[in-house]
Amino acid sequence: MKAMLAGFAAIIVISVGAWFALDEIGFSSAERSSGQNVRLD
Amino acid sequence: MLRHLALLLTLALLAMPLAAQETAPDPAPTDRTATGGAQTLEDILARQRGETVDDSFRRQFGNPDSAADPSAQLGTLGGASDPDLWRALRYDQADITVSSGGEVGRVLFQDGGMVWLDFRQNVLAPWGGWLLLGTIGALALFYLLRGRVRLDYPATGRTVTRFRAFERFSHWLLAGSFILLGLTGLAVLFGRWVILPTFGPEANAVILTGSKFIHNNVAWPFMLALVFVFFLWVWHNIPNRTDLVWIVQFGGIVGKKHPPAKKFNFGQKIIFWSVILLGGSISVSGLSLLFPFELPLFAKTFTVLNDLGINGWLDLPPFPTELSPQEEMQFAQAWHAIVGFVLMAIIIAHIYIGSLGMEGAYDAMGSGEVDEAWARQHHALWLNEVQARQDTQEAASARDATPAE
Repeated sequence: MKAMLAGFAAIIVISVGAWFALDEIGFSSAERSSGQNVRLD
Repeated sequence: MLRHLALLLTLALLAMPLAAQETAPDPAPTDRTATGGAQTLEDILARQRGETVDDSFRRQFGNPDSAADPSAQLGTLGGASDPDLWRALRYDQADITVSSGGEVGRVLFQDGGMVWLDFRQNVLAPWGGWLLLGTIGALALFYLLRGRVRLDYPATGRTVTRFRAFERFSHWLLAGSFILLGLTGLAVLFGRWVILPTFGPEANAVILTGSKFIHNNVAWPFMLALVFVFFLWVWHNIPNRTDLVWIVQFGGIVGKKHPPAKKFNFGQKIIFWSVILLGGSISVSGLSLLFPFELPLFAKTFTVLNDLGINGWLDLPPFPTELSPQEEMQFAQAWHAIVGFVLMAIIIAHIYIGSLGMEGAYDAMGSGEVDEAWARQHHALWLNEVQARQDTQEAASARDATPAE
């Protein structure tokens, strides 16, 4: 049971981590589908 | 093998309109002198009726040889005309320059989108839905006919460790993420037909936005767990001679026999390799979708299939090898969903046998400890190995504990 809960907790941690990491390295779809002439912020 | 079959099914479905075009008898050439070679009212009406229209005459753009000199009257376009330009835009053959978006931005019209939409709405969604419902129905019927696989002998109260903590952690990491991915994937596919009319547009928008977020991000723990599970269990899932007994007895699914098995029986090996191969394929097409237009897969795959002559064996025209970036994504989506549906159906059966379908099976992944009676009934060879190992260890520790004389 503990291993199951640890697995489910890891899903949340890894998913949120991936979300932050991809955003940080500029892989948000907003950035990928724009050009130099587009101001996002 | 399943991957290939599913691919061929898709290709066959996608190629149907092409095949229909090819086999149709050549119609008499249409007289278009009244319109100066442009499409006639009959062409337009036929297209609106949804008939297959040979529009090759519209894809011929200009004729520089018959062009008037640029300095002559009406000669400045060099044999081309404005309608030529519009038709070139329509058939995506115009020389287009864009300031951003690259290859993707240069595609203004892409007919592949309609083929994909038609496939998604009329083939993927209904067939996929029926596959899952059919699997659940078949399992319910099986349960009614066969009932729960119970222990033949009473539990001994002595247990053996079937899966260590990290094995169970990896299993649940994979299982939890797959269920989340499956449910959110189904929500994205069926939301407009099921959630929207039932709960309204606001709820649909929130659920689908959340589903997309979960689907994109939970992909990572799924892929990580897939790697863990592969390395943990690949050695135990290599087919061997004991599998032949399982196959001959059909796994004891029908009847009272329990074919002897090592750590994993042949049915479990089928599950393992389905998860690895189909899950791997879903991961690759999923990565292609996660990073849109960065990882095109299908033009290269189709080139390889054509080079192998696969289309020839099936009497199909060559697979398309020049795909627009959007078509690459459409193929990736279709493939991702097809393989996803097949794996979901397999996993539904796996969940059934691991919970409701077999007494004592859940303990293996719950606590990791199974009763010896269960192990003897379902994995006799594995139990013998475990007990022999324990005996050797006990003998060794007893020897070590004996003081040297």
